[in-house]
Order: sequence, then structure tokens, then C-alpha cells
Amino acid sequence: MKFDTPAGQNPIDQLKHVGKPIDRIDGKFKTTGTAPYAYERHDVVANPAYGYVVGAAVAKGRISRIDMAAAKAAPGVLTIVTAESAGPLGKGNFNTAKLLGGPEIDHYHQAIALVVAETFEQARAAAALIVIDYARTAGRFDLAKELKGAPLHSEKGKPPVTKIGDFDAAFGTAPVKLDATYTTPDHSHAMMEPHATTAKWDGDKVTLYTSNQMIAWSKGDVAKTLGIPKDNVRLVSPYVGGGFGGKLFIRADVILAALGAKAAGRPVKVTLTRPMMFNNTTHRPATIQRIRIGAGRDGKITAIAHESGSGDLPGGGPETAVSQTRLLYAGANRLTSMRLAVVDLPEGNAMRAPGEAPGLMALEIAMDEMAEKLGMDPIAFRVANDTQVDPEKPERRFSQRQLVQCLEQGADRFGWKQRSAKPAQRRDGQWLVGMGVAAGFRNSMAMKSAARVALDKKGIVTVSTDMTDIGTGTYTIIAQTAAEMMGVDIDKVVVQLGDSDHPVSAGSGGQWGANNSTAGVYAACVKLREAIAQKLGFNSADVTFADGKVRSGNRSFALTEAAGDAGLVAEDAIEYGDLGKTYQQSTFAGHFVEAAVHSLTGEVRIRRMLAVCAAGRILNPKSARSQVIGAMTMGAGAALMEDLAVDTRFGFFVNHDLAGYEVPVHADIPHQEVMFLDEVDPTSSPMKAKGVGELGLCGVGAAIANAIYNASGVRVREYPVTLDKHLAHLPPVA
Amino acid sequence: MKPFSYARATSPAEAAAAVARTPNAKFIAGGTNLLDLMKLQIETPAHLIDVQDLKLDRIEETKDGGLRIGAFVSNSDLASDARVRRDYGVLSRAIVAGASGQLRNKATTAGNLLQRTRCPYFYDTNQACNKRKPGSGCAAIGGFSRQLGIIGTSDACIATYPGDMAVAMRLLDATVETVRPDGAARAIPIADFYKLPGSTPHIETALVPGELITAVTLPKPIGGTHIYHKVRDRASYAFALVSVAAIVQRDGSGRVAVGGIAPKPWRVEAAEAALPQGAAAVTPKLLAGAKPTHDNAFKVTLVERTLAAALIEAKG
Repeated sequence: MKFDTPAGQNPIDQLKHVGKPIDRIDGKFKTTGTAPYAYERHDVVANPAYGYVVGAAVAKGRISRIDMAAAKAAPGVLTIVTAESAGPLGKGNFNTAKLLGGPEIDHYHQAIALVVAETFEQARAAAALIVIDYARTAGRFDLAKELKGAPLHSEKGKPPVTKIGDFDAAFGTAPVKLDATYTTPDHSHAMMEPHATTAKWDGDKVTLYTSNQMIAWSKGDVAKTLGIPKDNVRLVSPYVGGGFGGKLFIRADVILAALGAKAAGRPVKVTLTRPMMFNNTTHRPATIQRIRIGAGRDGKITAIAHESGSGDLPGGGPETAVSQTRLLYAGANRLTSMRLAVVDLPEGNAMRAPGEAPGLMALEIAMDEMAEKLGMDPIAFRVANDTQVDPEKPERRFSQRQLVQCLEQGADRFGWKQRSAKPAQRRDGQWLVGMGVAAGFRNSMAMKSAARVALDKKGIVTVSTDMTDIGTGTYTIIAQTAAEMMGVDIDKVVVQLGDSDHPVSAGSGGQWGANNSTAGVYAACVKLREAIAQKLGFNSADVTFADGKVRSGNRSFALTEAAGDAGLVAEDAIEYGDLGKTYQQSTFAGHFVEAAVHSLTGEVRIRRMLAVCAAGRILNPKSARSQVIGAMTMGAGAALMEDLAVDTRFGFFVNHDLAGYEVPVHADIPHQEVMFLDEVDPTSSPMKAKGVGELGLCGVGAAIANAIYNASGVRVREYPVTLDKHLAHLPPVA
Repeated sequence: MKPFSYARATSPAEAAAAVARTPNAKFIAGGTNLLDLMKLQIETPAHLIDVQDLKLDRIEETKDGGLRIGAFVSNSDLASDARVRRDYGVLSRAIVAGASGQLRNKATTAGNLLQRTRCPYFYDTNQACNKRKPGSGCAAIGGFSRQLGIIGTSDACIATYPGDMAVAMRLLDATVETVRPDGAARAIPIADFYKLPGSTPHIETALVPGELITAVTLPKPIGGTHIYHKVRDRASYAFALVSVAAIVQRDGSGRVAVGGIAPKPWRVEAAEAALPQGAAAVTPKLLAGAKPTHDNAFKVTLVERTLAAALIEAKG
């Protein structure tokens, strides 16, 4: 189905199932431990051996000697895989560094061997017996240092700097201006389920039970890395215990499980241990961002520039932290650019809301600072600079843009009026209390997505697609979509996800999963409805599907009858025209935070948070709310504690476990509220939906930082805002 | 984890003798720290003597009005004991400020005293660490040291003792009771229990090989207002950047001990005389000779400010 004109009325608009806050249909499997995760596929793989990954002990250099004699002789050991034993391997399109290193080492904890044994404990004990000598070479580990003289980055043939008007002239003459630098550190996804794969070969075909967000991308990268035809690779990932972008691509567990199973001649399962995940896998790269804003005394922005620097391994990419600044606020004179330094730290890549998450952490502090310089309320300042068109291309309107409504309705709900414009004015015992706000912004991306829908003689509708549910509620919204389209109850819908044998979906990433995957199911259901109508001799234009029946005029059949013994199957994909070019499709939020700072110790505690989101049709308010509160929690982590500490001498993330890399605990998140504004976006898809999973994170960090400033009067521009950064500026000890 | 053998002891003296005579043997009680360290091959015992059957799990009143806490009383049971909550509030508060409910259910009094540092370089066997591998050097010095020690450290080691309970024990002048491999009992004042690293950071306590902790005794209560203020980056389930244990009497006199800054719970009795004059008067004496790193210099300020907060809390 080609989607190239805005959606009119369609069966989804009935909203009998879609838009209802129903419980997850997979919830009972997860709460009863019967949802099979990648490392626990006893149901389909008998008697697997266990692989244990050995990571490089140095960040850069070469293995000069490897002695595996003791490990090979250790109890239970079946085989050991190294780059040498594996032979030539390719590298996936989505990987920067090789997943199996050696003899050259590209980064710390890069996998260099897999020990396969009868038990996990035997494999782990044997792995420690491998003796490896390294010839260490000098590496580039200090981002600030490497950014000096680093080249501007240009995206695929585009100019490296976006320029509209004359930024320098306008900024130079602006009566009120800000020029500030903000930093965000490297972040780890730190998802609950570690990367894990169970691999099984049948002849020259391999099946990989894994934990992955993007099945088709990853199937292709497995084939490319192993040098085998795509048709010989099957990926199965029905349940994913969190990904946050860390499982968009294949990682070492996938390739090593496949190689280990081949070498051992039996199925092998591999998981990365928690202390290895931080340096072995990808992370959100650190940024150093300079923002300049010039405005008239009326509060109208006349000049805005956002320049960001980040680093990655050779051949890697930048953190696109400037992208939202091209679209979020009005202003005639604009400039953005990115620099990309080469650093020899582990591979940087996407983490939930790549670009916007760190970009807004900086931009939305800058907006707060500008509002203060202008003597304006931060909400009024943002409203004054709202734009309903793409500021770089004014002929492009936003398809929907309710940022002002998000901010103003949120202000009412949150009690924003009680905020003191002057910081450090409100006390509660030893605590200083303040409020902060930030805009949230994240684009809505159109991605082709296919599904197959089958109707059987019992009236069961089975949806199959390689779409993944990474804890987001995909199973449920797909079931709601199919139920709505086919006129059946949710319990008559079976959803099968995460198998590369199914039609290729949009996958889970970039908050594009919900809208696109359900739109693909919509397309397949339209086709199935046509097939049913045709079979019954109905004119498909005036057919209704409701209550398990299909009707046309005064004729009516049960779906069970229509299906017949053979059943009916239809497959289709949603494919997009250029509505995304004609319109700027984005999602918006207002984030509000009340935070307290201990006037003596500098401890920071969030007291309450509110997100008001405008993000197209909300397919399931319950799962959407869960997405947003989870994202807000991640934003609290980014604002207050998450920080991969780089040892710039040895080139690795030092705090590589969950005791050292802190993420929020329940006590950090006392109260969260989420509001969704009524919105449908007919330009986005037949579902008229967009996405919320990343929007909920975008802007949260800055709202917290702004609340801390409003509480304490101390502005911190280096995330995370830990107490050591403002302690010396707090009120003196009495 | 290296393969190891395992046995259960039936008496404290037998347990001590067994560990002393078996090469590379260790006691295991709750295992909340040891098992993690074994998985990472930071600890590689060849033999474990499990002491959980020894029934050293009672809290009894002593003749001189104090409490005798069995070595294997769980953190949860100790923190919730009515006598502890009434007379030694700082101990109860320190315990519940640490770990999680699940860990406190399993962790024991003796084991908690012996928990090892959380220095990230100690935890990464690829890195030099004199505590883990004597003579290999210290990667933490000159590295990421925000969490590490500012006082009592050495050129060989800047790790901290990470716990909370022991800070309160130090404040309360607890005594550690042990049995040695030869069956002899001894009592070690907690002030002498922990060793500063010097050139031997792998030696962390006064215990001799095989010596088993059997109890911790608390002297009779000293009254006062009991405060445990633990400062960390998140609200729960994190090790202290700085923690202050204090007992403050009505006249402003009192005691103070500090966690998170040194290789042992840090207390300087001579500094306590200045408590009535406030935190600014106490801290220079408490931290005399401190050698913070660039990353953790803030802890000097934080000690003073946390003590100031504690003194305000004590006034109610």
C-alpha cells in the first residue's frame, strides 16, 4: 500500500480497540516467566554448550602471543574460537569495529576469543586460563583534546555546515546574547537483558535466537560477517529485555555464538557478562556543544548557532546533537555544524533519541539562560519563538505542532505560576526548591513496514511480521490494530513477532516502530478484507467488519464462514510517498520538573515530573504512558548520574558495571505524570500516529538541570549535574 | 570463577583451624561480596568453609549493659532489633542506608565488616592493583578516582572501605571478638581492626590467617541524638561519596565518624572536642593530612558540609 496522500476516514477511526488503554497481551508471559528470552531457549534448542567471551585487556594494540594450552585442557572445554581459527570474516554494514578482534585490537574489551564448554562455569574458568600478551600502542582517548583540529563532519554529500541568513552579523548586533558551552558524557544503554544469543546450525543454515531490535538489518549483517547467503540465516527475537538502541545491530554474542556452534558441532549460547557490556558494545557518544543565541529585547530570536563535537572510532559517525536546533525555534539567521574526532574508545552509536537527547540537554539549558537574560519567563520565551514552519524552508509546514499547547497546558497542570523567576528563593528546611521546564522534540520517521495477516476457520486472526517488541507494547498495539481492522475481539488475534521468516517490518528504533509497524498491519488487513469481500462476492467499498462478522448491505457472514477450511492469507507493506518531505512530521512535549538541592550537601532530589506530549494518535494510552515515564526516568539518569568515566591514559570506560554506572532507582523517581494532547496526524500514516518512546526522554535532562538552577542559583553546564559541580557555590556553612 | 572445594564448619574453632591449615581457604557467610569477587576472579579461593551453621546469630545483652551481636546476625535483623533501634540508632540507620533489602537479608555482621573496596581498578583484573595483586602498581592513582580516598591512603593504594555499618560501629567504639586457629579468643577494638594500606594494601585488617570473627560487642549506650547522613549521587542503593555518623549530646559535645573517604571508617577523637564549635572547627582536625586527588577534592568540602547538615539534624 502506497501512502502518499493524507489519510481520510478509515476503520481505525472507529477506535473500538485502538486508543484503548488495554493491558499488554504478552504481560502474562513475562510475569509468569514463560516468555522465552534468547538465553533461555530450552524450548527449541536441546543441550546447548556455553560460550564465554574473552575481551581485550588493552584499548589499542596487537596480540603478540596467545597461549590457550591450559584453557583447551581445562575440564569441559569443547573448543576455543579466535580470529585465527575463525578465518576471514566480513564486517556488518552497521558495525564500525570488528565483532571478533585480533590480532589487531580496536578497543577495550573487544571480543578476541570465545571459550565453549559444557557449562557456563567451565567456560568462564577456562577463559581465565588463556594467557595473552599485548603490544600496546598509543591511542586517542581524550575527546576534548582530539576535537581540536578535528574535521567538520558532513552527512552523505550534504554541506558540513547548515547556514541560513547571516548568523555572524545578526549575532554580532543582537542586543541580548548567549555564548555557552555544554558537555554531555558517554552513556551506556544499561538495558536489563544483556546481549545474548543461542545459535544452532542445520547443515549450512544457522538459526540465531537472539535479542535484537532490527531483524532484517541484523540478518543481513550476520550473512555479511559470516560470508554466507542471507537465505541461510534466520534470526528469532520474539522478546527483548530492553534495547534502547544497543540492540539495533548485531554484537559479538551473535557472531561468536554462530562461530562457536559451528566449531563445536552443536548449539551454543553466549551472553555478554554485565561488566563486559559497557566497553564491548556501543554507547551514546559524549558531546561538547557550543550554543550561541542572539535575540531582540522583545524576546524574538534573531540568531541561533549550535555546533557540536563528538568522537568515534575510525569510520564511525557523530552524535547528531544539532539536529533539533534546525527545526525547534524561529530565527532568521541560523548555523549548525558537527565535528567528528577519531577516538579509540569503544564504538559510539545510537542510544534512545540519538542526537536530540544530548542536543536538547544543551539547547534547552541555553534557552533557559536566554530567557533569564531577557527577563522573560522561560515558557513565554519559547512561545515567542514558536514556528509552525520549518525555519530553514518556510514553505514546509509542520504537519502538527502543538508545542505551545504542551507548554501552556503543562504550566497550568504543574502549578508553574508558583515558580520564582529569581533562583534560590524557595526553601523547605535545609532544601532549596525550584522548578524547571524544557521543550521536548523528536521527529517522526516514515519507514516501510510489512506484515502478513491470516484468518482461519476458527475466526482467529494471526499477524506475522519481523517487528520486535522491546518492552514497548508492540504485541498489544498490533493486536489492537488487527482487531479494529478485522472486526474481532483482541483475544481472537494472535501476534507473531521477531522472526526473520516473517515479512520485513520497520523494526524498533527511532520511535518509528509503533506507527510504521501498525500501518504495515493496517495495509495487510486492508488486503485481507478485500480478499474476504472478493471471496464472498461483496463490493469491497461498502463492506463492514464488526463483531466477528462481515456485512455488506443486508448480507452478513461470520468470519469463520468466510475463512473456510483453507483460511485466507494476505500480505502487504506500507510504503511512503513524499508527505514527509511536504510536511515536517515531528512530536512535541513540555517537560516540567520540581527539584530540590540540599543547601549544605548539594544532594539533588527530583520531587515531581510532568510530561505533556503531542505525538499524533496515541494507540494505547497505557503502554504509551509506560514508554514516557520510562523515558523520563532515563532523562533523570542522564541529568543526575549517568556518566561513563573515561580513563584517558588507558582508553576505557572505568565504571563498567551497574555499581559504578549508576542509573536511577525507585527512590529517585517519586512522582511522574504524563498527559497526551488530543492529536491525530493524517499525514503520518493511516494510523495517524507518530511515536512517544523517545519524545519522553527529549528535553527531560534540561528540565531537571533548569529546576536545579532555579533551586540553587548555580548553573551547571556539564552533565551529569552531580553535587561536586555546584557544592562550592552553595550557601556557606553557617 | 575458579573451581573450589566446599565444606561446612560445625564449630568456630574448627572453622578457624580448617581455614588456617587449608591452602588458599576462605570463610563464606552470606557471600554477598565474596561470590561476586569470585566470579570476577578477584578472589580465587581453592576452598570455602561455610560458617552459616555456627549459630552465631543472636543478639544478647552484655553484663556491662551493652550488646553482643553474633557474627552471623543478618544486617536486616540487626537494623530492626528493638534494642539497637532504641539505644544505637546510628547503627540501625547506617545499615539501612546501605545495599538493598535483599542484600541486607543475606549479608552478615562479620561479613559486612570485611567487605572489600569498590575501587573500579580493583574490580577490573586487567588493571594494576596492589590490593588485588601485591606489587603490580595502582592504576587508580592518576585515573578515575572520584569515589576514592582522600585520607589514610598511600602511594600504593587510594581505595576506600566502602561500607556503612562499620562507620557506625567505629563511632560506637565496638569491639570485634574472634577465635584464632589455635582456639584462642581475642577482642580487637574496632579502632585497631582496620589497617591503613601503607605499602601493603592487600592487608586490610588485624585478623591473622584463619582467624574467625565470632561477635561484635557494643559498649553500653551513651544516649544523645544519633545521625547517619549518607551522601551519594542517587537516592538509594549506592556507595557513599561521604557519610557522616554522629552522636550529639544536648550540650553539643559528641562523636563523629566518616565513611567513604578513607581505607577505614574515619574517626579522629581529638577532633571531636571542637564539635560544639561546629563543622568548620572540627573538619580541619578531622581531615588533617588529607591528600585528595583532582577528582575527589570536593570530598574535603563535602565532609564539612555534611557534618554541618548532621549537626543541624541533631538539633531537630
